[in-house]
Formats: sequence, C-alpha cells, structure tokens
Amino acid sequence: MQNSYDFRRIEKRVKVNSFIWNFFRYLLLGVWALIVLFPFYWMVLSSLKDYGAYNAEYTPKFFTLHPTYRNYVNAFSEVPLAKYLLNTCIFTVVTTILMLLVIILAAYAFARLNFPGKNLAFALLLSLMMIPNELVVITNFVTVTSLGMRNTFAGLILPSVTSIFYLYLLKEHFQQIPEELYYASKVDGTGDFKYLWKVMLPISKPILITIVILKVIECWNSYVWPRLITDDDNYFLVSNGIQYIRENGFGRENIPAMMASVVVISVPLIIVFFVFRKKIFEGVIRGGIKG
Amino acid sequence: MKVVLQNLTKTFPGRLRGEAPTTPANHLNFTIPDGKLVGLLGPSGCGKSTTLNLISGLLKPDSGRIFFGEDDVTDLPAERRGIGLVFQNYALYPHLTVLQNILFPLENLKGKDKMSKEAMLRRTDEVARLVQIETLMARRPAQLSGGQQQRVAIARALVKMPKILLLDEPLSNLDARLRLQTREELRRIQTETGITTIFVTHDQDEAMSISDEIILMKTGVIQQIGAPQTVYDDPENLFVAKFLGTPPINVFDGEVKDGGVYLGDDRILEAPELKCGRIIVGIRPEGFVPDENGCLRCTLERIEVMGRDRSVLCRNGACANRIRAIVPATKDVKMAGDTVRFSLMPDKVLLFDAQTEERIRV
Amino acid sequence: MNRKSFKGWLYLLPALVFIVVFLLYPLVDVFVYSFEEGYNFASQSYSGIGFFNYSYILHDPYFLQAVKNTFILVLITVPLSTTFALLIALALSSAPRLKSLFQTVYFLPYITNTLAVGLVFMILFKKTAYTDGLINLMLAWFKAGSVDFIDGPYWAKMFVLCFYTIWIVLPFKVLILTSALASVNETYYSAARVDGTSRTRIFTRITLPMISPTVSYLVITGFIGAFKAYSDAVALFGTNLNAAQMNTIVGYIYDMLYGDSGGFPSFASAAAILLFFIVLTITLINLMVSRKHTYY
Repeated sequence: MQNSYDFRRIEKRVKVNSFIWNFFRYLLLGVWALIVLFPFYWMVLSSLKDYGAYNAEYTPKFFTLHPTYRNYVNAFSEVPLAKYLLNTCIFTVVTTILMLLVIILAAYAFARLNFPGKNLAFALLLSLMMIPNELVVITNFVTVTSLGMRNTFAGLILPSVTSIFYLYLLKEHFQQIPEELYYASKVDGTGDFKYLWKVMLPISKPILITIVILKVIECWNSYVWPRLITDDDNYFLVSNGIQYIRENGFGRENIPAMMASVVVISVPLIIVFFVFRKKIFEGVIRGGIKG
Repeated sequence: MKVVLQNLTKTFPGRLRGEAPTTPANHLNFTIPDGKLVGLLGPSGCGKSTTLNLISGLLKPDSGRIFFGEDDVTDLPAERRGIGLVFQNYALYPHLTVLQNILFPLENLKGKDKMSKEAMLRRTDEVARLVQIETLMARRPAQLSGGQQQRVAIARALVKMPKILLLDEPLSNLDARLRLQTREELRRIQTETGITTIFVTHDQDEAMSISDEIILMKTGVIQQIGAPQTVYDDPENLFVAKFLGTPPINVFDGEVKDGGVYLGDDRILEAPELKCGRIIVGIRPEGFVPDENGCLRCTLERIEVMGRDRSVLCRNGACANRIRAIVPATKDVKMAGDTVRFSLMPDKVLLFDAQTEERIRV
Repeated sequence: MNRKSFKGWLYLLPALVFIVVFLLYPLVDVFVYSFEEGYNFASQSYSGIGFFNYSYILHDPYFLQAVKNTFILVLITVPLSTTFALLIALALSSAPRLKSLFQTVYFLPYITNTLAVGLVFMILFKKTAYTDGLINLMLAWFKAGSVDFIDGPYWAKMFVLCFYTIWIVLPFKVLILTSALASVNETYYSAARVDGTSRTRIFTRITLPMISPTVSYLVITGFIGAFKAYSDAVALFGTNLNAAQMNTIVGYIYDMLYGDSGGFPSFASAAAILLFFIVLTITLINLMVSRKHTYY
C-alpha cells in the first residue's frame, strides 16, 4: 500500500456526507412531527379561545393570551357530551368483556381440546377473517332492525363482539404454552375449566392486556355501526356525537366549543396510549392490523 | 502486510444508568508479522472482538494508532483499509445467490478500481476454487450447510484480495465434526494465499491447533503473545496457565519453607532461592508420574480409561478441586490403601505468586 | 356424541353463535339480497330475482362518482403513504437520538378518533365568511390565492381527503416498517460497510430486499384499507357525501342502507359485493406481483 491516502480529505468528506444526511433526516422527521402534532395543538388552542374572539379572527392567531374554560362548560351543558361519553364507556366495557369471554373459551377449545370437526371449524373461521365488514353489515342492519333493537345497547354491542382476529391471536398464544403443563394438571386432577382459569389465563396476561387495549381503542373510535343503528342521540357514541354536534350542535357554528368536545373525547385514548405505549406498539406489530 | 497496534484504547460507556464503563481494549500494543495466522484468544467479554473491529475499522479507537505495514490507517474508514472480514454469523445476503454474494464487494468498486464483468467473474471463479465451492454458485445461502456458508463468507472476504483477513469466531456456528475439518481448511487457505490472517476465538483448542501465534486477552489487557506451544509451556501468569490446556492445569495452594515447596506435608520441589510464604503451584495433568516413591501423595477417587491414556482422579488437601492426572495406559498405578503417589515432571510444575498470580521462574 | 367432544363444542358455542348469526348468515344473505329485485324493507318482500340491482347501481351516477372517488383515493394514497412511511422509517431507524419520542408522536393519529380529528382538519382547511382558514393563510404567505378545500373545487376536496387519509394511515405503516428495519441483522450492514457499499446500493440491494415481504404486506393491506375509505370522508365533508361529490363506495353502501336516500338493502348488497370483488381482484394482482418481487 502506498502512502497515498489523503486522510484529511477522506475524513472531511465522510463528515460532510454524514452532516448532509443527518440534516435531511432530522428535517424530514421534524416536519412530519410538526404536521402530526399541529392539529392537536390547534384543537387545544381553539378550544381555549373565547367564542367571540375566535370569530373575530379573520386571520387565525397561533396563540391566545386569554384562555377560557367556558367552551368546556358549554360542551358539557349545551350538548349531551357527558351522555355520549357514558354511552361509549358502557359500549366499550361491555363489548370488550363479552368478546374476552367468547374468545377465551373458543381459543381454549381450539388450542387444547380435541373433538371431531375442530380442524374444519378452525379452517372455516380463518377463511371468515378475510371477509370485509361491509358485506355483513347490511344483513346485520336488517336483522337488528327487524328485531326492534335499534337504539338499544344490545343492538350496538352484539354485532361488535365477534373478533376472529383476536380469537386467532389468542389461540396461537395458548398453543405456545407447553402441553406438559396441561398433562401435569390433568394428572393432578385439575378440570379443564379450572386449568384455563388458574393456569392459562395468568400465563397469557400480557397478550390479553394487548388484546383488551386494541379492542378498547377500536370500540372507542367505532363509528359506522353505531351510526347505522342509532338515530336517537340518547344512544350516540362519541364518534356519532361529534358528527351530530358538528352538524346540529350548539345551535350555531360554535367552533371553540366543538373543539372543546373534540379534546374531551380524544384525551382518554391519548392517556391510554401514553400509559400502554409499549404494549400497543407490540400488539400492533404482532397483529399487523390497521385501526 | 504486518499489523501494528500502538497503545490502542477503546472505552464504552455503561449502557444502563449507573453502570460502569467497560474498556474492552486497554493500551494494546502488539505486532502481527506479515503472512502469519494469528489467533486472538480469550474468554467472552475479554475484548477480542472489539480489538478485531478496531483493526477492521468498524470501530474507532479512543486513542492509540493502528499501522498496516508502515501506513497509519487509524483514521481510514473500514472500506479503505483493504481488509476482508468474515462475520461470526457469516452475514451472507439471503436474497442473493452465492455468486452474487461473492460479486457484491467487487461491484462496489468505483473509479480506477472498477472492474469489467469478465474480470470480476474470473476473480470470483478463482476464489471459489480456492475455497472449493465452485459447484454451489447458483444456490442461495439458505440452501447451504453451515460449513459451506462459512466457505462462501471466506470467499466473499477474499475476493477483493485483501491485505489482511479478519475472522470473528469463524468456527463457533459449526458442529464439532465440521469444526475440526474447517479449521484445517482455514489453515490451508491461509497457507495458500499467504494473507496475514487474524481470527478471534474463545476456544483455546482452536487457537492452539492452527495459529502461528496466539494473543491471549483478558478484560481488555493482553496477557501473553507467542507461539501456541511456548505460551502453553511457559505461561506468564496463572490466568494464561489456566486458560490453556484441556484438561486444565491443577492448581494447588502451596507453601515455601526450609528451601522447598510443600503441598500439605509433601515436599515436591527444592527451591532454595524462594522466600518463605504462600505460593500457588500449578501442575499440568501430564506432569504426574505414578511412582511408589513419589513425592506427592493423593487420595484416589477413581480411574477413567480413555484408550491411549488413563485419567487418574484423586484429591489432595492442598487443592480445592479434584485433581486429574493423565498417565499412559501402559503405566501401572500402584496403590497403598487408597493412597496413590506421584513424582512430578519438573517442567510441568509451574509456580505463581500467591498475590499477583504472576509466574515465578526458578 | 361422547362427553369429550361435547365439551369441545360447548367451549366453542358462544363464539359459534356470534359468528353464525352476525358473520356467516349475513355473508350468505347479502348475496341473496343482491339478487332480490324490488325488495321492500317494510314488508320484507320482493318482486323477482335477477341482476336488476347490479344494473341499477351501475347506472347510478352517485355510485359511479363513488367508484371514481375511491379509485383516485386508492391510487394516490397507497403509493404515497407507503413510500413516505418507508422514508420516515428509514430516517427513524438510523436516528437513535429521539427515536422513541418521534415514534410516540407519529403514532398519535392511530389512536385518535377519526371523526374528531377530521373536524379539526376541516376547520384548518375550510373557508368561511368569517375567515379563510389557517391553510389559506399559509398559502397567502406564498402569494397563492385562497381555495375552499371543504366546499370548493373537486380537486381541492380530493387533496384534503388524500392528505387526511395519509395522515391517518401513516402511523401503522411507519411502526410496521420500523420494526421490520430493526429486525434486519446489523452485521449485514457492517459487512456492506467493510466492502465499501454506497448508501443507495445498501438500500436497494440489501435493505429493500430484506424488508420486501413487509413492504408488500403493507401495500396489500393498504389497498384493502383504502378501498374501504369512508369515515375520513365523513369527518371532512359531513354525512351527506353525495352532495359534496365526495362519496366513496363504502359510503354509497351505507347511504343506500340508511340515511337520507336509504332503505334499499338490495342496492347496498349489490354495491358491497361489487366492492368485494374489486378488492379481491386487486389483492390477487398484488399477490402475484409481490410474489415476483419478494425474495423469500
């Protein structure tokens, strides 16, 4: 090797290269972060602006010096936002619990029990996973309507319980629990149900938590089915509520109050997200599902 | 091309808060002569892989210099150093065929180094023949055995005609039988090409069997450098003595008094020039000779027959562990009760300072 | 049936009931509906069997508008969002500093309510008598004329819809791609570095092939998801999408079912089945293409 390397030049070029690279990288990351965050900033900002002041701004201002909580009061007093929140909570909690019961039992049957027709049933189930919701919503709508379950919690909840995807996820997880545990407990005389309850579920707690969180997010944000099945705003969920507020609420175009409502219905999930960030990432990556 | 390391130091900050920084390379100084096969040996975490990465240029040292021949390459990025590197897991690109994998480094060449397609193919053909994978060129790495993948990885490293070949734990992903085969293969390839080769291993057998020289490291500090046999016969300290040799050396707590070395009540060595006090005595398993009048008395536990040799397992109050002595199968082991007596081969008995564990030569 | 197999089916029973009633039966029924001509919701009777429902919706300008909108939306958002997500994931995965902060921020749209945040977008883009809206203010900085993105020209509305859709779908794609990139073994990059591989070559010859299964997965699910666009449009333009010329196929289905023009489950079924076959065809094409271009 000749002593022909110009170290200074090589080093400098490497440095310049990585500087340019880094500059564009952080520019991209920063700009997108701004685009993501800005709507959130704007909704909080607008919700703090006084109604009069907001409407007087022909050129929107990027900050306010006179924040007011009035809009939040309006959001709860002039429209039944509290009712929507309560409905959504009931819907979310009941749907999630029912789903858990259903899928835990089924996943256990698929993972641990042996019975004729099991494989056929599972294959059928998997093929149903591909079926888009739009295809089944129509008949469900007709069914629920003809059963007189429009504007009831039953009508809202029952069709939302089934989730083949989570059932599949849980079954896969159950199968990874060593069979020896099952046989050991059989030898000890433990019944199936007790084994499921005392052994399988505690071991599967992480995946169950993940499933619950994902289902809660799904329920909290669900819009289409509730929209079809409710037209009485006593049964509106937050999504429908916010759409209703937008089109009919507050009697006039009261954007600060709308924004206050938007903040109120967004905050619970944002809190859930910050608390369970890792779990949510993990679940979404594992499941590869879209919200 | 010879490789010289001068005062090379690299420190990593602790990964967790409050964790102390580690120094996997601490003022390393050594020279690897041109055309030699050198084993960088040590227990895991001793800094051998870091040292290799410093030589390759994947890591930058905090201080110290690296020379290839007469050239200071410390500030050169890896791709400008003219090295070939074989990774522990081979890092073969799974979506490319063997041929494409080997071509890959050549296709990177730019400017005046750029090669014509024919020249590249000729070159890949040469190295493929050298490592004997000519018939596998159209396959994907997943279709190869571990040993074949290893060869492909070596071919990919050699195709650029590097001045120095670096291998990180080249044999650790192979099963025992392949390992023996491959290490001889490695020796052959190195001899044929004459490239200065440095490989990292934690397996002393591996290093001893094929290296021209071994460099033994512990926690970022070089313990000893030398030809394998020399290092084995003449270790600098207790760590080196314990690290080399299977079965390992037997270590005793001895005492120097009355101009001799005692293990318990047995006077095993005359050493008039030693100071009185505690001393560590290491005896290689092959240094024991069964002898009715031997100087060392042990309590026999059992004898394992291993064909050519026998292992005599016994205990002695001065040794915390069970003693293993290797004696030829033809040699009778005479006993009085369950006591067995050995005389010792003087050059297999090594003395170490009880505090510093440094070798004491008499 | 012996006791053991009885027990298995017993555990399955709740799931089966739900699946049969709300998934399997509707699936069959939707095909039946789609062929029942002149179905009357109130009396649940129909006048004949045939393809009239299909022919009706295929001649319905609202449906054609919805198909056109959906296709434009799909063709714009899927390639753009996938490419953009890949860029962001690449920038993220080589930026150890602040990585988790950026990841957290980027994920926010995933968990927020589409309808609620859509309202914010509407306000940002809308032009009213009182104000031109923030986006128009920004356009004015660049001396561009103001446009009403919500009630204005078609392409302005389409732009907002695409923008909002990308904003919504990006978190999912970025997360999946970031995790795919992280799972590529570091030594491949070290090996490439030692061999002096340029950045672009590392990307095209190593990174992209290694994550190609994930990319093709994202493209396929991206197509499926984009064809089902609906809530984003409602969030921006309100429930009367036909009037806004911004309806999507799914929106058309729901409008046929219920709403101002609703009460026609047969038409809705026909539209749903057409959508299903469109999506199926596109997915199969995608699968064939991706089989050619992925390496595993």
